[in-house]
Amino acid sequence: MERFVQVLVDGIATGSIYAAVALALVLIFRSTGIVNFAQGEMAMFSTFVAWGLYEAGVPLGFAVLSTLVLSFLAGMAIERTLIRHFEGGEVLTLVIVTLGLFILLNGLAGWIWGFENRAFPSLFPDDAVDVVGVRLSVESLGIVAVLLGVVGLLFLLFQRTKIGLAMRAAALNPESSALVGVRVGTMLMLGWGLAAALGALAGVLVAPRLFLDVNLMGSVLIYAFAAAALGGFDSALGAVVGGWVIGVSENLAGTYVDFIGADLKILVPLGIIFVVLLVRPAGLFGTREVARA
Amino acid sequence: MSLLEVEGLHAAYGPVRVLQGLDFSVEQGRKAAVLGPNGAGKTTILRALSGMVNARGRVEFDGQSLVGKPTAEIARRGVAHVPEGRGTFGSLTVEENLRLGAYVRSDGEEVRKDLHQVYGWFPRLGERQGQAAGSLSGGEQQMLAVARALMLRPRLLMLDEPSLGIAPIIGKELFRALGEICDEHGMTVLLVEQNAGLALDFADHAYVLESGRIALSGEADQIKGDDDVRRSYMGY
Repeated sequence: MERFVQVLVDGIATGSIYAAVALALVLIFRSTGIVNFAQGEMAMFSTFVAWGLYEAGVPLGFAVLSTLVLSFLAGMAIERTLIRHFEGGEVLTLVIVTLGLFILLNGLAGWIWGFENRAFPSLFPDDAVDVVGVRLSVESLGIVAVLLGVVGLLFLLFQRTKIGLAMRAAALNPESSALVGVRVGTMLMLGWGLAAALGALAGVLVAPRLFLDVNLMGSVLIYAFAAAALGGFDSALGAVVGGWVIGVSENLAGTYVDFIGADLKILVPLGIIFVVLLVRPAGLFGTREVARA
Repeated sequence: MSLLEVEGLHAAYGPVRVLQGLDFSVEQGRKAAVLGPNGAGKTTILRALSGMVNARGRVEFDGQSLVGKPTAEIARRGVAHVPEGRGTFGSLTVEENLRLGAYVRSDGEEVRKDLHQVYGWFPRLGERQGQAAGSLSGGEQQMLAVARALMLRPRLLMLDEPSLGIAPIIGKELFRALGEICDEHGMTVLLVEQNAGLALDFADHAYVLESGRIALSGEADQIKGDDDVRRSYMGY
């Protein structure tokens, strides 16, 4: 039983990282209708920045916080200087632009920091605590707590603040938003900034579990896409639930089903996604706009 | 001096010239209506004033030029535009739609009061404040669009065919409520409307638009009483 709970919590922790990246994807998709293939590489680049600051002697916590702020600013800059020119254009054009950004950031990171593996320190102590008789790793619990905190903050931002309301409005109907005085471009910039910061957070959370190199986010991005597709690409709640379902199912299957093991465990969540999307093509929480003629 | 002065307004969609040199003005505290058939360019006038289509000419709002300004900046100067087709945010609630109307205002306390005021004017919106705007009937959505514009406390209220696509009785009701609100607050209004009967009852002054030009201008009562004008331009 203890083993089961441990596997479950680890799965939720891994899933929380997928969920953070999936949330970033959903944020950008909802506001600009763009599937941002560069999301993972933006996060990898941010993680390198955090690592660079840490190596230069900046305390880890402060290095991470500075990186989140820098990533937010860089995300806004990317929207303003690059993406803005293509918004509202052909979907394929946008796909190519974000893929180009993917390759650019990947190459740039290699050029600056090299291609070897680096160890990235964890934000949490390498320790375990007793929770009602079960030993759980502090790191796993910490990751879950961080994600829940972020989701809570995002909820407050979008549901309880004026700027959050304006961001939702700009995503839904740019023309009407401008008519009430919302600067739509600024809202899209903010959306990209938030997504970049979220991705950076996922990067510094996942890096200690893997090694930091230019391909850090490769597999995470695929899982995040899967989580977003499972939850419904326009649903924040869906992104979180999708991330957890994937993290938990791959962990459980990898541990308990002998012939699956570590190599085949990705097949389990993909199987679940396949079935869910057959039944609900819009994803678990994907919405269609309410309309009455 | 007029609150809004327009001189030689031209606007085009690509090669199609829609407005060909309009001159008109709206006096402070007065209600002006632009009448005309489908395709005369009524909607384009409002879109040009709001910076949603490229326009040439002189547009002065309270002494400042609006030509070339982005839509959001024009709204921030106090021009509220209720667009054709209402432009409500379907998946947001009624209350969120209204709050967005007051987005550029920073007087939170007054906004809350205005919200109550608006629910007083349009009780149906009050009953549905937590409901998604997209689930409202056509007439209710039109009310919401007008109410959202009022939440700006606009210095100029621009209305694009508010009677379009809603039941005649509700259209009448909406214009009656709107007339009362405008008179009470001395609001300046620019209305474009195909339904000449409704518009002339509502407005003080009227312009008749024909193929992108002002064909006729006069006090609403005068135009209403002139049988020849009615027959040639309004078809009733």
